[in-house]
Amino acid sequence: MSTGNVSFPLWGKAGMGASLVEQGAGGAGPHPNPPPKGAGEVKPLVQAHDLARTFDVSAPWLNRVIERKPRQLLHAVDGVSFEIEKGKTLALVGESGCGKSTVARLLVGLYEPTRGGFTFDGQDAHAAFKGNEARAMRRRIQMIFQDPYASLNPRWLVEDIIAEPLREHGLISDKAALKERVGQLLTSVGLAAADMAKYPHQFSGGQRQRISIARALATEPEFLVCDEPTSALDVSVQAQVLNIMKDLQKKQGLTYLFISHNLAVVRHVSDQVGVMYLGRLVELADKQQLFASPRHPYTRMLLDAIPKMHDTGRARTPVQGEVPNPLNPPPGCAFNPRCPFANDRCRSERPQLLNQGGTRVACHAVEEGRISGA
Amino acid sequence: MSLLEVQNLVVEFPGRRGTLRALDDVSFSIAPGEILGVVGESGAGKSLTGASIIGLLEPPGRVASGQIRLEGQRIDNLGHEQMRHIRGRKIGAIFQDPLTSLNPLYTVGQQLVETILTHLPMNAAQARQRAVELLKDTGIPAAEQRVDHYPHQFSGGMRQRVVIALALAAEPQLIVADEPTTALDVSIQAQIIGLLKTICKTRGAAVMLITHDMGVIAETCDRVAVMYAGRVAEIGPVHEVINHPAHPYTAGLMASIPDMEEERERLNQIDGAMPRLNAIPKGCAFNPRCPKVFERCRQERPDLMSAGATQAACWLHAANKEAA
Repeated sequence: MSTGNVSFPLWGKAGMGASLVEQGAGGAGPHPNPPPKGAGEVKPLVQAHDLARTFDVSAPWLNRVIERKPRQLLHAVDGVSFEIEKGKTLALVGESGCGKSTVARLLVGLYEPTRGGFTFDGQDAHAAFKGNEARAMRRRIQMIFQDPYASLNPRWLVEDIIAEPLREHGLISDKAALKERVGQLLTSVGLAAADMAKYPHQFSGGQRQRISIARALATEPEFLVCDEPTSALDVSVQAQVLNIMKDLQKKQGLTYLFISHNLAVVRHVSDQVGVMYLGRLVELADKQQLFASPRHPYTRMLLDAIPKMHDTGRARTPVQGEVPNPLNPPPGCAFNPRCPFANDRCRSERPQLLNQGGTRVACHAVEEGRISGA
Repeated sequence: MSLLEVQNLVVEFPGRRGTLRALDDVSFSIAPGEILGVVGESGAGKSLTGASIIGLLEPPGRVASGQIRLEGQRIDNLGHEQMRHIRGRKIGAIFQDPLTSLNPLYTVGQQLVETILTHLPMNAAQARQRAVELLKDTGIPAAEQRVDHYPHQFSGGMRQRVVIALALAAEPQLIVADEPTTALDVSIQAQIIGLLKTICKTRGAAVMLITHDMGVIAETCDRVAVMYAGRVAEIGPVHEVINHPAHPYTAGLMASIPDMEEERERLNQIDGAMPRLNAIPKGCAFNPRCPKVFERCRQERPDLMSAGATQAACWLHAANKEAA
């Protein structure tokens, strides 16, 4: 009954729009109003709402009892919401400890959320990860890890590494067909089919990262979660891997969540950028907008902190201070101790992610107009 | 006169299957107060260059030939004891990971005082006073209390400040900084680079800054040496090397870095990877990956030659010279 109570008034309010969509979807030819139908159809592939994950980092039970130590909770991700449209890339940036990798692990089902969740293609993904559709869901969401040296089994042939997901999901059982598919996958990432008879140690870092991309692509996923895929690589090799990822996205319509701490790389690959600070999104905007006119003071600081290549010897004023301890975050806005615009409200009240002229920003100063647009 | 002069340095690793040449004929110099950047991809030999200067080559690695001169005096053939006096007193070192370069069992104050007492004629009280001043100079708040803390009580950025204080403790004229900001976040990196730059300027110390981050080099250095497969591919003033690279490798490297200012649909990529030490190609080591390769590159090895405002080890510039 409760669901009925919630949804009914909503439906009632949006009565006009809903009926339009209904007619459009029903194929009622004469209706001359396609935009609502179109808007209804472009549903984001991935939709995270209020995603949160808390880790219990308390002392062992005995210590808590004897030494009266309190329970300690680490809010690694604390209420993160975003959408990713099909075929697009959302990049998450932030400094170490801001929770970006935890978001990645939540999205592939390696962690269960403490609160909130995300829907994948209209389906509650975490329910699916637990239920009967777990396999189907895992097939559609794959992950590329940061360190290509640690994420490939050194005792396995490349052939077995790439064929494992195919076997595991029962996609191909015929041996010859399996070999052929592995060969295809290797060629699609710019390696040779003959490389399948080698071991990971016979490849360089960039080539290994391509093997992990091939493995991730084996099940023909729709959504790839990439956790710092190039940060262990040299720049010239990084360029190779980023180009391959972009080409694959164009060819296969892949959707990426791209996690990186390197803003220049993010600018190159993403469509949308989310900036995280201490477990929360502080700004979420289209790439162009974020880089042209960053709103949140933290985003501005990050952009200003990057050494520029063609602007040598420029004097910078680096922001003072460091990321606070996530176990004991400051009250109010987590960025307030480092923020030049902080006032009393920032120190007591936590800002919500609000729509501010096309971008979403969690900042009292921006909301109140204390910071003018860039 | 230059402060540090490296001439035709060759570093070899003798092994069971023959000797590997990790550094091959590396020459450069650093003037007093100058910041020289050394860039290259992993395995190019940049850290090895730094390690041979501070005399910390790990055996079986050895300086096979060539010379390293500090203030005109050879330091590559000194014994352990003599080198110990130069290290710290004349050459300071900063390494990548600040946690492993500090001893976790001693307070930072004890480590600073030890260094100061080893190299400077001071008593314990003066040394402690100096330690506190050094910590203050490197921007550590509440230095009087922090001096008695252990390394684990500092954050990553603060630890790297302690390491910088330690490197500067005996007023060396040269600091070898090997990837000093690679383990740090961007906002902290900006602070540390700024600190390194100002503190060396005010003390007149020269810096050899080893990094793979061209952005850091662009912002910090006066000159830059680009290394490839154990050799210097190009060396020259930072502006020139970045904006008008003379070596095809430098040009490719610059184009492969995603740029903050302009957007490109595809990054320029250099196909292939750096050769392994046991399979360095004949002629120019870059020739299998080079877009402008011609016959001479496959046969003869180029040395550094003048190429406009910089020096590049590339036959393209010899051709220009001969034509002109």
